[in-house]
Amino acid sequence: MSDDQQRKGRGTVFVKEEVCKGCSYCIDFCPTHALEFAREFNAKGYHYPVLGRPDDCTGCDNCGLYCPDFAIYGARWKDIDEKKKAK
Amino acid sequence: MSLLMDQSAEELECGMDNPVLPFLRKDRIPHIWCPGCGIGTTVNSFCRALGDSGMDLDKIAIVSGIGCTGRTAGYLNLDSFHTTHGRAIPFATGLKLANPDLKVVVYSGDGDLTAIGGNHFMHAARRNMDIMVVCINNFTYGMTGGQVAPTTPLGPTQTTMPFGNFESSFNLPFLADACGAVYVARWTVYHVRQLAKAMKEGLQKKGFVFIEAMAPCPTLYSRRNRLGDGVDQVKYFKERSTIKNGVDTKDVGLTYQGDIVVGKFVDRDRPTWMDSMNDHFGKVLGDKYETYGAHHG
Repeated sequence: MSDDQQRKGRGTVFVKEEVCKGCSYCIDFCPTHALEFAREFNAKGYHYPVLGRPDDCTGCDNCGLYCPDFAIYGARWKDIDEKKKAK
Repeated sequence: MSLLMDQSAEELECGMDNPVLPFLRKDRIPHIWCPGCGIGTTVNSFCRALGDSGMDLDKIAIVSGIGCTGRTAGYLNLDSFHTTHGRAIPFATGLKLANPDLKVVVYSGDGDLTAIGGNHFMHAARRNMDIMVVCINNFTYGMTGGQVAPTTPLGPTQTTMPFGNFESSFNLPFLADACGAVYVARWTVYHVRQLAKAMKEGLQKKGFVFIEAMAPCPTLYSRRNRLGDGVDQVKYFKERSTIKNGVDTKDVGLTYQGDIVVGKFVDRDRPTWMDSMNDHFGKVLGDKYETYGAHHG
């Protein structure tokens, strides 16, 4: 992920798989339909979201606004780079 | 001890963390709300509002009553109190009067605020107590098993209405407006940004602020009425809602799966209870009276 070559789209999402309850709010309300259910499931048996189409992710954090379980949020690459620099 | 909400290796590498985490008690997550429940989304919006308002978190207290939404007080990283059933507003009133510099937020459900706590709600609005009330309306009593609530519209089946509800329901914005609230808004779980903005405005507004947030109850209300999952209800909110700011609250009543009017309906100014008290005693007693909490309102 740190490598610029591997980066796709304008942003990415961070998912805490074990907190997710699979309600699909983030998947259904993603403005660019970049998210989808994972084939795997977490310890409680819920399928969590994964970035299925990373090219489409803009890092707008709409998923983070909708998530009732605080399990996902999005960020733009430029903000991530700023955070990294500040660290 | 490691917690589920701790930063992952990937996040540590980038120095990122969920923007709402500073406002939550990390050790309490995951919360008890069902998959697809909208309460978590409203709490998410409230956290964003806290962040956007830039207020000192030591100066905000949150009070909630009993019910699914009543659990909110336990999840937010603020001074919080989980009161007895329906008594969130009287507790908040006392808190506000004893500590005039506090901003007191009541975060509770429709059953708690308008059924058992209905009278307190009316009188706090009448007195224009300087508190902010967030009412999560999911049209049913969630925690006790799906009984009919004063907000249940005509039609849907509930555990205590097996042949469908025949009782008329409350129009909550109209009730709050008629009782004298200075800020009345209704948003749904679909309108997350608008809800966060309304909560931010409410935190900065002086007087009785009422914000209704419509949320799905997938386990009891939706399942019993075959309305699909939580996300299907949010899609219904999306499709059937129209934003009408400043509309007469008489016309914003809700029907079963019918059209929804959302928006900011009322935003006016009226002297709060404490202002009125200070004014009145200042007039009657003159110099003998020492103004109470005047610097903070």
